Amino acid sequence: MLDILRFAVSCVLTLGGLFVLISGVVGVFRFPYALSRIHAAALGDTLGIALMISGVMVAEGFSVITLKLLVVMLFLWLTSPVASHLIGRMEVTINDELDVSMTVADLDAVWHEKEGD
Amino acid sequence: MAKIRSDYEQSWWPRFLRWLDRGAAPLDEELQQGLEETREGHLTLSQEDAAREEQQREARIRSDLAREEHMYSRLQEWRSSRGKKLINRLYSALAIVVCLGIIWLLLETASYLPPFGYPDNPANNEVSRRYIEQGMQETGAVNIVAGMILDYRAFDTLGESNVLFIAACAVLILLRLPSASDGGVHSTARLEAEADDRMYEPKNDMILQHAATLLVPLILLFGVYVIMNGHISPGGGFSGGAIMGAGLILYLNAFGFQKTERFFTYGTFRVVSLCALSFYALSKAYSFFTGANHLPSVITPGTPGMLFSAGLIPYLNIAVGLVVCCTMYAFYTLFRKGDL
Repeated sequence: MLDILRFAVSCVLTLGGLFVLISGVVGVFRFPYALSRIHAAALGDTLGIALMISGVMVAEGFSVITLKLLVVMLFLWLTSPVASHLIGRMEVTINDELDVSMTVADLDAVWHEKEGD
Repeated sequence: MAKIRSDYEQSWWPRFLRWLDRGAAPLDEELQQGLEETREGHLTLSQEDAAREEQQREARIRSDLAREEHMYSRLQEWRSSRGKKLINRLYSALAIVVCLGIIWLLLETASYLPPFGYPDNPANNEVSRRYIEQGMQETGAVNIVAGMILDYRAFDTLGESNVLFIAACAVLILLRLPSASDGGVHSTARLEAEADDRMYEPKNDMILQHAATLLVPLILLFGVYVIMNGHISPGGGFSGGAIMGAGLILYLNAFGFQKTERFFTYGTFRVVSLCALSFYALSKAYSFFTGANHLPSVITPGTPGMLFSAGLIPYLNIAVGLVVCCTMYAFYTLFRKGDL
């Protein structure tokens, strides 16, 4: 009974992670601008990975491997959003028509970013 | 002895050269003189004739030009319409033929391969059996792969490390911009590269810096762990060196060149790569020499499973890891800025 319950929970978690990752991929290909594409990709980087790895953790049961998976998840949570953030900053720095394609709330910050230091 | 000709000017080679120069074979001197006389004498053209001739010549040139222009425009038209289509079609046909040829070649080769998983396959010979059965006693490495690549076949691995080093040298030759220490002054190319780098790189990113302060020590430590345990667990010089190189690149991205130049410069790259490669070559030369001549060697396999065991393997792993780490970092910086 407990095994079946564990399998069901891990199935739900893994399928939810798959759904998030697939919608992230669809968003990367369908959204028009780089910044919105990053938004879609970052979704998969955090929530998708968390769901997938916790699904595997539940399926594995409590052991050293679970701890290692937790470390992997923390590492990916730490690195992937930083990478997305850097790509976004890069886009703001080099895209000269940013305010043409989208509404920019703080133009001064964008100009400051372009000027660099 | 060569024959010296007095009438060299009349022989065929100088005449051919003169013909090339003037566009026509020179006439004999007598004929030339006669021609000049007639020009000066009774056959001079009148003013009108000269003018008419001039006009005819101009008309001829103009019509020639028009014809050429017409042909040129027709050629251009052909090139942009039908020729383009023709070349596109030819290109795709050739691409398909080449693709099919390669596919046929590869399939033909694959059909000669032995079937998968049979015990009589040529891969299952006494070499691999010996590696698996006696590798641990002979090399002292628990990780059979490490025992193979750094003991039985250490010569191959030296070649691989050298390939990396040579690749780094080639990139250095092609991409390194002349620096202040070479020429004395900052070259314009170098200044331009630095300006480019400053313009397109988001700098002093606080988020990246905080993540890097947390991650870089961990990544470097993990790289050291992978290298040092190469003979006990999966891993080794190549993978650990790649991890350490990635850590260095992350540090560089977060904190900039000024911080990395405190500990990693062109000189560091040179010294570390050369020392690691020569240590590898010399120690393996010693081990091959003593092994081939059945001499007593100071290198012993030790107790398998211990950190300092397996003879030379951990030290060779360190050498390979250092070369890989330096090469990765050097590639990154050279492609980014043109200097280490």
